[in-house]
Amino acid sequence: MAKTTSITNTSSRALSVAREWSADATLRLVLQVFAIALMAIIVGFFVQLALMAAPVISSMGVAGFLFDNNWDVAHEIFGAWPLVVGTVITSVIALIIGVPVAVSAAIYITEFAPARLRSTLALLLDLLAAIPSVVYGLWGVFVLIPTLKPIERWVASTFDFVPFIGGAVNGPNYFVAGLILAIMIIPIVSAISREVLSTVPLAEKEAALALGATRIEVIRLAVLPHSAAGIVSAVMLGLGRAIGETIAVTLVIGNAAIIGQSIFSQGYTLAAVVANEFGEAEPGSVHSAALIAAGVVLFILTFIVNATARVLIMRRTVKRVSVADKVVA
Amino acid sequence: MTTTIAKKGMNLTVKNIQAFYGESKAVKGVSIDFPANKITALIGPSGCGKSTLVRCLNRMHEEGSSASVRGKVLLNEENIYGADVDPVSVRRTIGMVFQKPNPFPTMSILDNVLAGPRLSGDRAHATRKHAEQALRDVGLWAEVKHKLNRPAADLSGGQQQRLCIARAIALEPEVLLMDEPCSALDPISTQRIEELVLRLKKRFTIVMVTHNLQQAQRVADRTAFMLDGELIEVAATSNLFNKPKDSRTKKYVTGQFG
Ligand SMILES: Nc1ncnc2c1ncn2[C@@H]1O[C@H](COP(=O)(O)OP(=O)(O)O)[C@@H](O)[C@H]1O
Ligand SMILES: [Mg+2]
Repeated sequence: MAKTTSITNTSSRALSVAREWSADATLRLVLQVFAIALMAIIVGFFVQLALMAAPVISSMGVAGFLFDNNWDVAHEIFGAWPLVVGTVITSVIALIIGVPVAVSAAIYITEFAPARLRSTLALLLDLLAAIPSVVYGLWGVFVLIPTLKPIERWVASTFDFVPFIGGAVNGPNYFVAGLILAIMIIPIVSAISREVLSTVPLAEKEAALALGATRIEVIRLAVLPHSAAGIVSAVMLGLGRAIGETIAVTLVIGNAAIIGQSIFSQGYTLAAVVANEFGEAEPGSVHSAALIAAGVVLFILTFIVNATARVLIMRRTVKRVSVADKVVA
Repeated sequence: MTTTIAKKGMNLTVKNIQAFYGESKAVKGVSIDFPANKITALIGPSGCGKSTLVRCLNRMHEEGSSASVRGKVLLNEENIYGADVDPVSVRRTIGMVFQKPNPFPTMSILDNVLAGPRLSGDRAHATRKHAEQALRDVGLWAEVKHKLNRPAADLSGGQQQRLCIARAIALEPEVLLMDEPCSALDPISTQRIEELVLRLKKRFTIVMVTHNLQQAQRVADRTAFMLDGELIEVAATSNLFNKPKDSRTKKYVTGQFG
């Protein structure tokens, strides 16, 4: 009798273990399928785009498409260099202006703002993200461009000895586009930075305080090292948004497929050119292939940006340690 | 105007300290002396206000949101809560070691030790030699001398706690506050820290919170018993454990409650 019970117990336990194992295996299989499907979609998407872009590559060549400074639709010449340059310039301006503001705002909200103010400020910043990009673009056209023009003129003439500053000033230009992009990336960069900053352990901040650190020094010693990698990812997401932004940029950059003399010249970006010219391009024509190729370049740019960021994060951690030692030794 | 706390005597005298979290009073008017170069243990059931009291001694308590302090703490006759005293200089003079080891994890071992002197702009002490001394003082030098550039997170828990002690003493404080420094550690690491604390009392006044009564008896010259935010009794350790004056102390040290 006793024996039977114990056998039943054992076998039922074994059974339940087996069932758990098979549930585990099923879950793993499902996840694997999803992961592979995701990769397949990305690869398939890329291949599809590349195929559709093939006509322009056969007429221009890869290097010609990327680096020829000549985007001439009428003569079916598609050198996208002015667009690449415009994308890079506007994105860099957006980061230079937007990142310090976004990160400072995040630090202020998490570390300094009184508790009552905190949620209000966070909400206001989040609201910025809810504004549709076409509204930013219109605001740029009707408010920013006229307001900034005299200031830009002054800057251009006062600092005309600085490369890429002096010279003629166009209403729509790289700088205005960069500024609008900066405002557009601030909410996301700031929100993610805030998230990252709020995960800094209290124990590390207290460690710094107990050593006689001021509030600013606590940030330098405990908060930033802990969140640097996260903030870099936040910046990358912002950069991704800046590179890909279409409508707002189209409205304020002038849409001239040339490389401007200064940051106050008009230009074009990859994303803007696709949005503007797709309607008029014949399906299957070299023009439409060129626009798709522009999309592929955007895709690759974003990919490079992300990869670089990851390498930088890894290097940074190693370097910081060894540099610190040399200072002391 | 702010002044720097003088670094001469090392008696710490607490006068009627009250500590609040918002409206609730966690320390209800405690007065106690921490004599120079002695180890004073703070014991008492969990939640009785030991950590809060200790955090009042280097003005850490007030950093918490809606936390406030009333009363005086005299270091060498000077009130660290005086109107013209900079809390930053207080924290340099009165060092603190926490319950959970909290080195800066990504910073190298060496940089951790030198973080304090660098913060205070003390170039004379922000040297590798000074770091070596502090690491020797805590008995960590032999274990880390070949990997000073490794991040502190690479060390074991016990090593991290000794690193934290080295970091605190690298500032050459007068007083060392330790809030249950061994509660996260294994018995061997605990023993090492106890030996270390006994050595360090030659140089510092030590206040050590512990929930371990044996530990208090092993290391403390004096022991204070707290209950519910109040100081019940403070006496030479053997007296407090063997001839407690208060019945509540007796109940606690004989393990009848808490
Ligand atoms: N951050 C805090 N906010 C509100 N109350 C707290 C906080 N920290 C501690 N307390 C309360 O203060 C009292 C004393 O806590 P503490 O000093 O940590 O006790 P101990 O260190 O003796 O265990 C407890 O009642 C605790 O609940
Ligand atoms: Mg405690």
